[in-house]
Amino acid sequence: MNTFRAILWHDVMMGLRSSGGAALSAAFFALIVFLTPFGLGPESATLKSIAPGLFWIAALLATLLGLERVIQPDTEDGTLDLLRLSPLPMELVVLAKIVAHWITSGLIISLLAPFLGPMLNLDVAALPVLMFSLFIGTIGLSAIGAAAAALGASVQRGGIVLAILVLPLNIPFLIFGASAVANVQANTDPSQPLMFLAACTLIALVVGPIAAAAALRLNEE
Amino acid sequence: MQAYANPQRFLTFARKLTPWTWGAAATALIIGLYLALVAAPPDYQQGDAARIMYVHVPAAWMAMFVYGSMAMASAVAFIWKHPLADVAAKASAPIGAVFTALALVTGMLWGQPMWGTWWVWDARLTSVLILFFLYLGYIVLWSAIEEPTRAARAARILALVGAINLPIIKFSVDWWNTLHQTASVFRTDGPTMPASMLTPLLTMGLAYTLLYVALLFVRMRAEIASRRLRTIRLGLEAIPA
Repeated sequence: MNTFRAILWHDVMMGLRSSGGAALSAAFFALIVFLTPFGLGPESATLKSIAPGLFWIAALLATLLGLERVIQPDTEDGTLDLLRLSPLPMELVVLAKIVAHWITSGLIISLLAPFLGPMLNLDVAALPVLMFSLFIGTIGLSAIGAAAAALGASVQRGGIVLAILVLPLNIPFLIFGASAVANVQANTDPSQPLMFLAACTLIALVVGPIAAAAALRLNEE
Repeated sequence: MQAYANPQRFLTFARKLTPWTWGAAATALIIGLYLALVAAPPDYQQGDAARIMYVHVPAAWMAMFVYGSMAMASAVAFIWKHPLADVAAKASAPIGAVFTALALVTGMLWGQPMWGTWWVWDARLTSVLILFFLYLGYIVLWSAIEEPTRAARAARILALVGAINLPIIKFSVDWWNTLHQTASVFRTDGPTMPASMLTPLLTMGLAYTLLYVALLFVRMRAEIASRRLRTIRLGLEAIPA
């Protein structure tokens, strides 16, 4: 458990302090939201109707940003070899890295989103659901992303490869997350999509660490 | 099957079988096309445009079937470390991607006169499009890692993760929107299609499957040959001049 906490702490600190870390993905998220009115015009009715989907698309893209720093630096400086020797199973090492990535991307985004919501004229009643859906959904995004990061760890300039691997797998999160927020705006119950979103996250939290650990083990042979 | 895990034995076997599978595929395709385009009755509502179905539906079947075999081959490679299973999975991916593209394109050609639009964001169209991107991701991963054995290891895991995710994506997209007609061949109460249309459809399905097997043999043989070539070239480079 100490090892788990140490990895988590190390990765969170790296994420907060490094230049390509948490601040960058939060700024990127905000930028996508700011850019939209310039592309689609400032009419508040249009912005209101696209806001739920837009926030979720922005979240999908912003969580991609930190993925390269989840596994890649550790394979380069040899940290990974030491982690392999530690008594902690590789799955849990990856889980610590997933949680760290989530804290430095998804968590910050979900805390930021309610403040950006009014800029796209999102209903005030929808803000808590937006925050909550991002809060539970982005953990799943980090889990799937970590598996892809482990697969791409041996790829040169793997950023764009990562995006192609990850984004199709993230579509369920986008569908359920955006429709939960849209449901609130349409005065219907958001609990069904939220439960599906939670289910997707739970599945991703099982599949992600196992797949990532398998990918890391295969690379050592 | 174990006996054919040896690449050399597989090559001898595949070399003998390739012309036969090509012949069988061509025969089934000719018969199927004749039945579909000439013998089958035109649809009472859609007229001759309904004949697109005979090339469209088998392509969509193959899009899923090939992904299934790719995932199976990856699982075999993952569990038993069969080198040929990786080769089979790698060889399948572009074939499956082309079948998927064919299903999408023929579907669009049919959708324009029937639905009045080339593309709608309907659940089935969307999930086939996502399947196409999963194929692309798999192909990109193979080409991004230079050394074949490392690429194979990564690709196996990706194919399996994709296979686990596919039902979830399918379900979420269905939940999101539905317009496409429901299944009319594989149903528990039997097909709802008259035999005059079902026979050409199934013949075309058989032809596409045989075509896949023939192409798979060719691509697998090419892959094994190119790996040998790579080994020879690396060996030559290692010898000091």
